[in-house]
Amino acid sequence: MTTTMVRPPASARRKKPADHGSSGEKLFKATPLTWIGLVAGVILSLFPFYWMIVIASRTNDAANAWPPPFLPGGKLGENVERVLANADANIVTGLLNSFLVSGTITVATVFFGSLAGFAFAKLKFRGKNAMLLVILASMMVPIQLGVLPLYILMAELEWLNRMPSVIVPFLIGGFGIFMMRQYAEQAVPNELIEAARVDGCSTWRIYWHVVAPALRPAAAVLGLLTFMEQWNQFFWPFVVLADPANPTVQISLRTLNSAYFADNSQIFAGTLIATLPLFVVFIIFGRQIIGGIMEGAVKS
Amino acid sequence: MSLDFDTASPARSRGRRAEPKPDRERPRSLTRLDLKYSPYLYVLPFFVIFAIFGAYPIVYTVWIALTDRSPLNTTISFVGLDNFVELLTNDPQFWNAVVNTFGMFIMSTVPQLLIALMLANALNRRIKGQTFFRMAIAMPIITSTAVVALIFSMIYSRDFGLVNWALDLVGIDPIDWRANRFASWFAISTMVDWRWIGYNALIYLAAMQSISKDMYEAASLDGASRIRQFWSITIPQLRPTIIFTLIISTIGGLQLFTEPLLFTSGSGGLSGGSQGQFQTITMYLLDVMNQRFRWGYAGAVALVLFVLIAFMSVVNYLLARRISSDK
Repeated sequence: MTTTMVRPPASARRKKPADHGSSGEKLFKATPLTWIGLVAGVILSLFPFYWMIVIASRTNDAANAWPPPFLPGGKLGENVERVLANADANIVTGLLNSFLVSGTITVATVFFGSLAGFAFAKLKFRGKNAMLLVILASMMVPIQLGVLPLYILMAELEWLNRMPSVIVPFLIGGFGIFMMRQYAEQAVPNELIEAARVDGCSTWRIYWHVVAPALRPAAAVLGLLTFMEQWNQFFWPFVVLADPANPTVQISLRTLNSAYFADNSQIFAGTLIATLPLFVVFIIFGRQIIGGIMEGAVKS
Repeated sequence: MSLDFDTASPARSRGRRAEPKPDRERPRSLTRLDLKYSPYLYVLPFFVIFAIFGAYPIVYTVWIALTDRSPLNTTISFVGLDNFVELLTNDPQFWNAVVNTFGMFIMSTVPQLLIALMLANALNRRIKGQTFFRMAIAMPIITSTAVVALIFSMIYSRDFGLVNWALDLVGIDPIDWRANRFASWFAISTMVDWRWIGYNALIYLAAMQSISKDMYEAASLDGASRIRQFWSITIPQLRPTIIFTLIISTIGGLQLFTEPLLFTSGSGGLSGGSQGQFQTITMYLLDVMNQRFRWGYAGAVALVLFVLIAFMSVVNYLLARRISSDK
């Protein structure tokens, strides 16, 4: 595992012609079949988003019509107001909680991840390799395995139905440390650290003034991926946030869906609200997110 | 490739300014402490969190699974392997959940990875609007599984669903997607696929771009067709990446939970349909834990699930290694 997971600015590598075929052969030429496949892929990827808007902007009667509606209606504002006012789902609380949870975890993951990643990449200490192995192993274990004791632990800490239960266990994970370590190995020259050390910098000052600035691009990608992942968490919040009074936004959606009479236009207005923050993030940082996913592939 | 700071040699300290002697004693020992212990301080947060919320619950699960612990029992007694014996020999509902989970796992993973491969191959061509296509295909990744499940639940609704409407257009009778086991598996598999195909395609694309162009040049000089090149060069070169995606899909697929849970509206979500036709192992785990309050038994379910995931990951790894190295 010597390749970087994230290489310096993704934008620097985006020159299309360099990828393949600078000599102009027809090796990687697109055929009509390529286009058909790609267009079909795009339509299938985007249609559910479009349809979410269609249903979210219609009355419930129109949403449950035959044939189903394919064009947006004019009731979006009304449906959004209804879902925000829905006292059972508490979606406003859910949104605020989700921002709190995802934001806190993102900041912590980036900070602790870069700190530990720096230590693993550039410092020497006993037991380093064994510790790395533990971190790697921790990434393979599904949360279901320990869900019961974890639940009991939360009950004993009196964190059930409260936000610490969905924040504290996720403050730092193995993925963040690995990603930062891979990046730090490449992005921070040993000479730079050495020079700072010679000038009398403490390890902490080296981290803060030399390493942390160099890790910024990787930190951005890690932050984006972490935020998205945490925003979308469902399983664990479903287990520990059973009280609908204090949900995350995904749990609010579940409450909307549990209503005896499914009000689809309201449910879809809710899904739209829950997805909107990530839409914004994706539109602004789409390239970094895609770059981060593409570099996530293990290429050893 | 870390630096050996402990032995900062005179050769390295050329740049060090001469400092007045008396000052040097204290900072030096501080520096030594800093060098020796600060790395541990930096990796400590992970190990504290992992110990409390990762390792301890796992160890504790093993213990619980050997007891009859329940919030309803005033005393806890040690029952040995009883929970496991009951689970494996006398629990049709558990086996039903295992069959469902594996059925949906296979039904979703195979097309998911195949379509992702084909999409990545198309994205790897010289096309106009690369960025647009990548962004569009990656879009589903930003949604939560809860949102996906809710949207697709309506698409698969019996009376007014889009799929049944499309079937009606070609003269096929509407299908009750929740009533029939196979139909419900199919519906849930498409939810999984919709969200994950783009993700896998991007990973394959990244790996494809690192394959040397010379191989394709040589192959096309030898007269190998596009399809031949794909099977004889691209696929074998992608082997590590295919293994990676297979293992990720196994871990995710065997934990399947949110999609089937939200596939039914109303409160009985954990039972996975009227006959449990799409109840997965994770749903059953929570059912045992929070509806029947058999905590010891739930511990056994969790452990068996973990063993299944580990076993399937190894099987996938071996399979993937074989398939592509035979070429």
